[in-house]
Amino acid sequence: MSFCVNFPLFCVVACLLCAVISSVLKDKAARLVSMGLTLAVLLCNLFLLIYILQEGSSVTYLMGHYPHPWGNELRISILEPLFCLAFSCVLLLCLLGGRKHIKDDLREEKRNLYYVMADLVLSSLLVLSYTNDIFTGYVFIEICTLSSCGLLMIRQIGRTTLASVRYMIFSLLGSGLFLLGVVVAYSLTGQLLMPSLKASIASIYASGEYRTPLMAAICLITVGLCIKSGLFPFHFWMPDTYGCATPASSGILSGLVSKGYIFFLLKIIFDVFGTEVFYASGMQNVLYAFGACGIVVGSVSALRENDISRMIAYSSAAQIGYIYLGIGISGNLGVIAALYHILTHAMTKPALFLAAARLSDTAGGARRFKDLQGAGWANRTAGAFFTFEAFSMIGLPLTMGFISKYLFALAAFRTGVRMILTLVVLAVSTVLNTLYFARTVIRLYNKQETELRPCPMKKQASYAFAALLLAGVNVGCGVFVRPLLHLLSKGVDLF
Amino acid sequence: MKHNLRRWLAQWDAGELDFTAKTASPELPQPRAETEWSKEPVRRLERRQAAAFNRIYPVLAAILCTVMIGFLFFTVSELPAFGSSDSPAHNEVTKRYVEQGMAETGAVNTVSGVILDYRAFDTLGESHVLFTATTAVLILLLTAQEEAEPKQQREIMQRDPILRQTAKIVVPLAMLFGIYVIFNGHLGPGGGFAGGSVIGGALILYVVSFGFERLEKLLNLKTFRIIVLCALCFYSLSKCYSFFCGANGLETIFSAGTPGRIFSAGLILPLNIAVGIVVACTMYGFYSLFRRGRI
Amino acid sequence: MLQNLWDHRIACAAVVLFAIGFATLLLHRNLMKKIIALNIMDTATYLFLTSLGYISNRTASIITDGVTEMERYVNPLPAGLVLTGIVVSVSVTAVLLGLTIRLYQRYHTLNLDEIYMMAQQEQEEDT
Repeated sequence: MSFCVNFPLFCVVACLLCAVISSVLKDKAARLVSMGLTLAVLLCNLFLLIYILQEGSSVTYLMGHYPHPWGNELRISILEPLFCLAFSCVLLLCLLGGRKHIKDDLREEKRNLYYVMADLVLSSLLVLSYTNDIFTGYVFIEICTLSSCGLLMIRQIGRTTLASVRYMIFSLLGSGLFLLGVVVAYSLTGQLLMPSLKASIASIYASGEYRTPLMAAICLITVGLCIKSGLFPFHFWMPDTYGCATPASSGILSGLVSKGYIFFLLKIIFDVFGTEVFYASGMQNVLYAFGACGIVVGSVSALRENDISRMIAYSSAAQIGYIYLGIGISGNLGVIAALYHILTHAMTKPALFLAAARLSDTAGGARRFKDLQGAGWANRTAGAFFTFEAFSMIGLPLTMGFISKYLFALAAFRTGVRMILTLVVLAVSTVLNTLYFARTVIRLYNKQETELRPCPMKKQASYAFAALLLAGVNVGCGVFVRPLLHLLSKGVDLF
Repeated sequence: MKHNLRRWLAQWDAGELDFTAKTASPELPQPRAETEWSKEPVRRLERRQAAAFNRIYPVLAAILCTVMIGFLFFTVSELPAFGSSDSPAHNEVTKRYVEQGMAETGAVNTVSGVILDYRAFDTLGESHVLFTATTAVLILLLTAQEEAEPKQQREIMQRDPILRQTAKIVVPLAMLFGIYVIFNGHLGPGGGFAGGSVIGGALILYVVSFGFERLEKLLNLKTFRIIVLCALCFYSLSKCYSFFCGANGLETIFSAGTPGRIFSAGLILPLNIAVGIVVACTMYGFYSLFRRGRI
Repeated sequence: MLQNLWDHRIACAAVVLFAIGFATLLLHRNLMKKIIALNIMDTATYLFLTSLGYISNRTASIITDGVTEMERYVNPLPAGLVLTGIVVSVSVTAVLLGLTIRLYQRYHTLNLDEIYMMAQQEQEEDT
């Protein structure tokens, strides 16, 4: 066993340690610690991914001296390091690109606590990806909820406090249902580790006993995580939450936190219930239906919105709908499309939030469209990146958005009756996406009489660097699709 | 019709089209007084409460609850028998915890053995949940003001002789009991969480009856942070070491010792102490922040 | 079915508690009541979880007299899980109460609808 496999443990402990230590540091030191940590996590996961690819098989890592079903475990296969790599990369770029706003929006004595919360979010994302134990998952889901709420409410204006209350109530309802589901599953099997749970559930399912409780466990766990990630009927907290937080937080919350829950849900579907039992329960049809509704409702709400951040937030609700649609198509291709879209959205949404914040800064803090007239000329960097990311959201070729839409369509062709419906939903949503993004971009580049004061390049070097990297990754993954798709499909087989 | 559509599109493009215009009146918002909010939100609230959705909402919620409770009752009625020894929850996992737990972890209290050795990663997360919550409450309530606590209330509390005399007796006893519970976590009922909350309660009783000033010399924000920092760092590092050894097949330097002794059970006692410190500080911290906005 | 429900009476009590919490969460607009409702829901789950560990005629899982046979003790795992759960629930409640204090300081009401309307007004005044 190579030394590489210890990296997940070290990363998690390092995140927790850095979080605790940052709480006594000054704001600049805490920022450096946080960024260094994220960079280290990124590199560790890169090495780990390369190692696992060379080995070609997944590794189970004992957390202590006891194997499953007695002690905690981590599981390292292809998807876990890949997604942790993406998460840490986006987190780093969010912190880098949103630095100015973190400085402006937060009170000085509380700025270090922002980085404490960011470290804790990273630790919980790592554990949610790597853990092989469903109850550990629950504990870190709560850390994730509390720390993301911290990222949100640290900007202390009335609206963020209200938004955090709603966010917390929805999240806690979700985690309450999730815990109840875990407990029901435990009462049937007596196991908490994923491999043992899977074996027990398969034998229970084969024997035909306990059908209702098994169904209840599947429903409760799935619905709990859906509520937490903001699937359609539960997306009402999104616009308030993402709309009024500091832009780096909006990026982290929409691009990473909700994706962490979805990744954990996928892990549970594959590693706990097994696809066969899960598909037999019919839950995937529910996910498909609500995903499709979410796409349409989210896009229409975004179209009706007059505030740029809230529009992007509603667009997030639609993107979450896409991911659940992919899971609901049932089949490995749908799951691959969903996974690819998780990456697309994680790369695109934070960049949009950051660019929107820059643009509204140029317009004197206004966020209504009519005040943003011509902001694209005043701040050319942010305008250009906003336009590019909007293209990616719409799904123009050479971007990741194009590939994910292509994958969804491809997955849809493999299904029977739902093909038409899926294609119609995709088409409608693309048209709506184009409408609201085109309108925004046109407005940004509309000349007006009173020129806005141009924003010099010098002031936003760190933002430009972060946005450039995000856009670069986006183009890279949009052009060199094959290796990434190969990784994803291999990862889904190994899940 | 065509003219309307064009105007509508132009308005939409200019971002002036307000889709909520039907429900909200176009009056200019009044500047609000500190004590009384302007009539507009109240009026809007009334309108919202009269809206169709809000009238059918209780009915919908009741139906949802009924469906849910019915489904859960069905689930419950099909669960494995309650209290029977052959239900699936009592399997080989439990068997090893009970039968070999004492030999493997050195803890007489099997629950302590399970949460601090077999499933220690959960508990590591759990103590960081407490840390996260403290940080979140600090973010929310920490104020720069020197005197946020209502003075009058404090004086009333401090003049109360019954409270003070009782506290004089109860606080030391509770402290002692808390320490006993922490140190006996691996031998009997108890542990860091229980003992920590007892100590936290004693600290709260102390500041209620004698005021914050006396305790402040010992426990202010700086010392609070350093104590929590040391406890959590010790926890993470020692557990990281023991996880690392376990995963790589190495022996740890901590041995189980003789079960039943105070100094036995390897890491469990030090971890219980660390957890106890974190819990006590957190409980006191919550109280202090809620009460006066600082620690 | 009724016999089954009677056999699982503790779990049924947990379901009733859960439903009370859920209904309160949905129907009440008062923030404090919502927090209490969330706590009731959590407690219901812990009650259910604790009942899973119980085996009739057995004693608490603290090894006494050196007897380590499994037949003598109840299941220790649910107790450990409940302990973890309680700590999580305490932390979450503290954060929610902190948020409530902030909201009350700002808007002088606990009714979520009213707070929402005031916040909307505030936003309009801003822009």
